[in-house]
Amino acid sequence: MGLNDKNNSGLMTFLANVTPFGGLFGKLAHGFGGSMFGDENHVTRYEDSRGVQITVDHLNKSFDDNHVLKDICLDVAAGETFSIIGPSGTGKSLLLKHLVKLLQPDSGTIRINEQDLYSARSSEEGTNYRYSMVFQSAALFNSLTVGENVGLWLREKRICNEARIRRIIRDKLKLVGLEGTEELRTDELSGGMRKRVAIARSLAMNPDLILYDEPTAELDPVTSDELARVITGLKEKVNLTTIIVSHDLNFALYLSDRVAMMHDGRIVEIGTPEEIKKSTNPLIRDFIYTTTKGIK
Amino acid sequence: MPLLSTAGRKVLGLSQATGEMLTLLCETLYYFKEAPRNRHSILRQMHLIGTGTLPIAMLMALFVGMVLALQTGAELTQYGSQEAIGAIVGLSMVKELGPVMTSLLVAGRIGSAMAAEVGAMKVYEEIDALKTLEISPVRYLAMPRLLGCLFALPALTVFTMVVGIFGGGIVAEVNPMIDVPQSVYYDNLMRSLEYKDILKGLLKAMFFGGIIAHVGCYVGFKTSGGARGIGQSTTRSVVISFLLIMIANYFLTRFMI
Repeated sequence: MGLNDKNNSGLMTFLANVTPFGGLFGKLAHGFGGSMFGDENHVTRYEDSRGVQITVDHLNKSFDDNHVLKDICLDVAAGETFSIIGPSGTGKSLLLKHLVKLLQPDSGTIRINEQDLYSARSSEEGTNYRYSMVFQSAALFNSLTVGENVGLWLREKRICNEARIRRIIRDKLKLVGLEGTEELRTDELSGGMRKRVAIARSLAMNPDLILYDEPTAELDPVTSDELARVITGLKEKVNLTTIIVSHDLNFALYLSDRVAMMHDGRIVEIGTPEEIKKSTNPLIRDFIYTTTKGIK
Repeated sequence: MPLLSTAGRKVLGLSQATGEMLTLLCETLYYFKEAPRNRHSILRQMHLIGTGTLPIAMLMALFVGMVLALQTGAELTQYGSQEAIGAIVGLSMVKELGPVMTSLLVAGRIGSAMAAEVGAMKVYEEIDALKTLEISPVRYLAMPRLLGCLFALPALTVFTMVVGIFGGGIVAEVNPMIDVPQSVYYDNLMRSLEYKDILKGLLKAMFFGGIIAHVGCYVGFKTSGGARGIGQSTTRSVVISFLLIMIANYFLTRFMI
């Protein structure tokens, strides 16, 4: 979070923070291409999830003199569950924010389904996939009920009629084990329930790509297990690409098809959970040793 | 030299903030086209600003009108021209005190709440969440607040004008020192007050309403640094709103005369 706070100065950053993908300033920077004003991308199609392929190529990001993401390269296959692990403050969450267009890289490219995320063309054409992010703090809207939170995207984008929206809300809440909670206020929920509502809100979009930022932070081991079961259940029922950022090693190893270890803004190793467990890289050995409190 | 660089930084900061505010204003105005589908949140904002502030605004206006009549009445009696009190209280309430006092009250009560609410949403990643849901925070948060304020402020000001004038009338009649009957008070007022004065007052209120909502949202969007940051934003929004209202009031008056 400390790094993000630094990011709050500068006209460009402000606009990137307030408007989708740079908004007006983004358009101005691209020489008044298309409409002068940052319109919302009206995504109207609502099909089943189908997973997307992601390629990150030589991504760099600095805040003032602080080089926080250093030459990041990675590939995530369609339908894969991919975790990024590492100690706090190594830039994991920042990488995630680049994938959902909340931050722009200084250099390098991110391609999702062969579409460059930051090219002027893709911002005009809109995306051909749906993505959603589950935030560390759950980021539920306090002024809305659980049901309204889950159905917000459907209602704002006028995807379908009210009866169907209610049915979707019920189904998505059931998927995360929270049926019948539509009318509850968000401040009545426990930490684990908030996270699950946030997952249901993301799932209501039928996303092709879902990103979890520290899903087990602030949760007790029992609730973490419950959450792991929810995510594994989704993997079986829904075809989507999942990216998890976590410093919870066991959680990541249990859920993922592949795991990347980040250290000091770099990716130091990528492999299957088995390969990571057997890795001889001292940074990974240290991380495994400390997170398991020396229990081997 | 450090003095010069500090001054330079301040000027740069001020220019940057001005640029950001203007850009945000352009985007908010652009999303006015989405107003019909957001009518529920606009009405909710108007209700929050209007009915929430109405009792306290009316109470304030009553006493402002009363004290105005008392002060001017006492002076005018010395020259034997206390009949003019109706015109003085009426014109002051309609042209200046009504719109300005109401706006200051709303800036303190609503502008600060807006900055705190939007600021908390920024700090707790709710604004980021909106963006990942492909919902523009400017349309969803700033536009209804700005429109709500633009309409609620003049409506509130009508009440404060009427109640202020009414308060002045009571003091003018009841106070033995002034002793101007209500009929004389209102007769004098009606002769000097024109419709365009009322319109100008309401136009001012509408402009100040825009300042309050816009500053509240801008400061909210710029919030960082947890609970302390939210607190600072609240204070900042009130200070900036007060300042801009006072500056705008001079220039609006200058151009409306």
